[in-house]
Amino acid sequence: MLEFILERANYWAIIGLMMIGLYITFASGNLIKRLVGLSTFQTSVFLFYVTLGKVAGGTAPILFGADAPAHGGGHGAEDVHHAVTVPGGQALGNASAPVELVNTYSNVLPHVLMLTAIVVGVATLSVGLALIVRIREAYGSIESDEVREIDLETALAQEAEIDQWLNGAGA
Amino acid sequence: MIDLLLRSAPDWALAHAAPLLVMVPLVLAPVLTLVPNGRIAWFISIAGTAASLIFSLILLAIVQTPETSGVVSYAIGNWLPPLGIEFRVDALNAMILVLVSAMGVLASVMSYPTVVAEIPKEKTSLFYSAFLACFAGLCGVAITGDAFNLFVFLEISSLSTYVLVALGASRDRRALHAAFNYLVMGTIGATFFIIGVGFLYAATGTLNMADIASKLPALEGSRTVQAGFAFIVVGLGLKAAMWPLHQWLPNAYSYGPSFVTMFLSATATKVALYALIRFLFSVFNPQFVFESAAFTALLMPLGIAAMIACSFQAVFQTDVRRMLAYSSVAQVGYMILGISIGTAAGLSAGLFHLLNHAMIKGALFMAVAGVVLTYKGTNIRDFAGLGRSAPWTMTAFAIAGLSLIGVPLTAGFQSKLQLGYALFENGWWWAVILVVFSSFLAVIYVGRILEAVFFQPPVNPRKARKEAPIVLLVPLWILALANIYFGITTEIPLGLASDAAAAAFGLEMFR
Repeated sequence: MLEFILERANYWAIIGLMMIGLYITFASGNLIKRLVGLSTFQTSVFLFYVTLGKVAGGTAPILFGADAPAHGGGHGAEDVHHAVTVPGGQALGNASAPVELVNTYSNVLPHVLMLTAIVVGVATLSVGLALIVRIREAYGSIESDEVREIDLETALAQEAEIDQWLNGAGA
Repeated sequence: MIDLLLRSAPDWALAHAAPLLVMVPLVLAPVLTLVPNGRIAWFISIAGTAASLIFSLILLAIVQTPETSGVVSYAIGNWLPPLGIEFRVDALNAMILVLVSAMGVLASVMSYPTVVAEIPKEKTSLFYSAFLACFAGLCGVAITGDAFNLFVFLEISSLSTYVLVALGASRDRRALHAAFNYLVMGTIGATFFIIGVGFLYAATGTLNMADIASKLPALEGSRTVQAGFAFIVVGLGLKAAMWPLHQWLPNAYSYGPSFVTMFLSATATKVALYALIRFLFSVFNPQFVFESAAFTALLMPLGIAAMIACSFQAVFQTDVRRMLAYSSVAQVGYMILGISIGTAAGLSAGLFHLLNHAMIKGALFMAVAGVVLTYKGTNIRDFAGLGRSAPWTMTAFAIAGLSLIGVPLTAGFQSKLQLGYALFENGWWWAVILVVFSSFLAVIYVGRILEAVFFQPPVNPRKARKEAPIVLLVPLWILALANIYFGITTEIPLGLASDAAAAAFGLEMFR
């Protein structure tokens, strides 16, 4: 049992972060804090993907030692380049032509995906903060409750106006 | 028509239609930020969306020719799938692409007067830039065959949508708060979606949707796949405003600029719903979804709840845009109900209603945009007496409203009829009764507006400009006439929808 828990230590941490983030997003009244919660939530997903990419006993995904494609410095970079692009995607799309690797490497793909996701996260955060600036200008507050109260008053005033009109039209 | 398009299109357009469809608006979006003049930005955005419409029609034509086996697959940068990103078009997303880009063209044609009236002058070209980014993102979601790429496009469109909604602030500051809440909900939805994709990746080791589909049957009963499924459904359900995840929608629709409301109502939720359908039917085996996961028991009540609860809420609204927004959630309920049957007929009815609803809500919100332009208000009171002062705008509004109710000889009737057939076929006669009941609720809320429009005296009889401008009237009437035309001959949309349903069921067959 203990082993089961400890083996998945990363996932427990991720689930913890995820829940903390979601809780802050929903429970907090302060708009900035809600964004902080949202970012925490997104970060937990980055960690989740990075954990997925970890291969047991694997090292950082940079070819080294016997796997390094070159014998000399200058040629090496060129060879890597060829292996990746020249066959018109054949080598990449074709699983039957594997390259034998001596060392174990972690999976690169989740890391790459998370680079994109981090960019998305930063963009979301900046749009959110820009919106908060505008809310502060328009309402003079960044507390959800206060903003909602002001909105409610506006809505009630409009409603009353319409009720008056509807009654007037009936009479 | 199809032959003509295929014969007249140059070779490069035929070969590269799929990426160009997304790239043209995506490249034009940053270009627009440099354009100083709002009118030039308007022309560029019309050109960009029109180019996308042409490419999407070409794709539809290619998909429909028998030689192609119904699938266009394009490897981006010549990196072959499943490792590279694939743009993959079949009858299902060809239909969605044509819908989105046609709506994009109509929306950008009608946009200029309302944008000038509602957006500060110095922000006009930036506004169009955000619109094109949103449009490109929506097309990208619809066209991509890669699960993670779908997330990226979803976020491109969502982020620009938050900006677009927030720009309603110059008319009503509540747009800011609505946009913020939309941002929080939308981001949670998108993040749920990538958590789900992560689970699928962990189980299958691939991100290509067709490849995932081919590997999932071997993993039957895997807890990882089930968890991924749950996260994806919740995430996309949030984006598609599936009841009860629709809370962001009414505020975002009622406070955003009227052009944005019109465009989003006709496209954004539709594209998210497409993504949901793609995952439910093509990526996950329908058998897994509708039998072992007992999914019908979940989806069907949600659809019905949306139909009934949100129609009731719509009845009690005094703001026309808010009323129509609640009605949108209710209409999504019809589509979800159609999907939840889990048969080809049900899915086809759901897709048919999706097409029709885009035309209906597009026309309704376009007419509302015209009213906002001339009368500045969207309360039901502002609509009083408009039948006499703006007869063209309001007649189109009435046609679309009748179509929303589902009056015979309109498109809305035909899709509800198909939904009814599909429900009967499955023995869900009680659901048919609920559909009819919900349509009666639609009679009430549409009736309230039409009563004010045609039978009430105007609040302020001295109005300077009465009718909406011509650039708005033309797209509005195109949509209104389309509602009538497709209500009489259902051959084209029904054919598209049933082809699309067949394609959704058979994605793994092409592998």
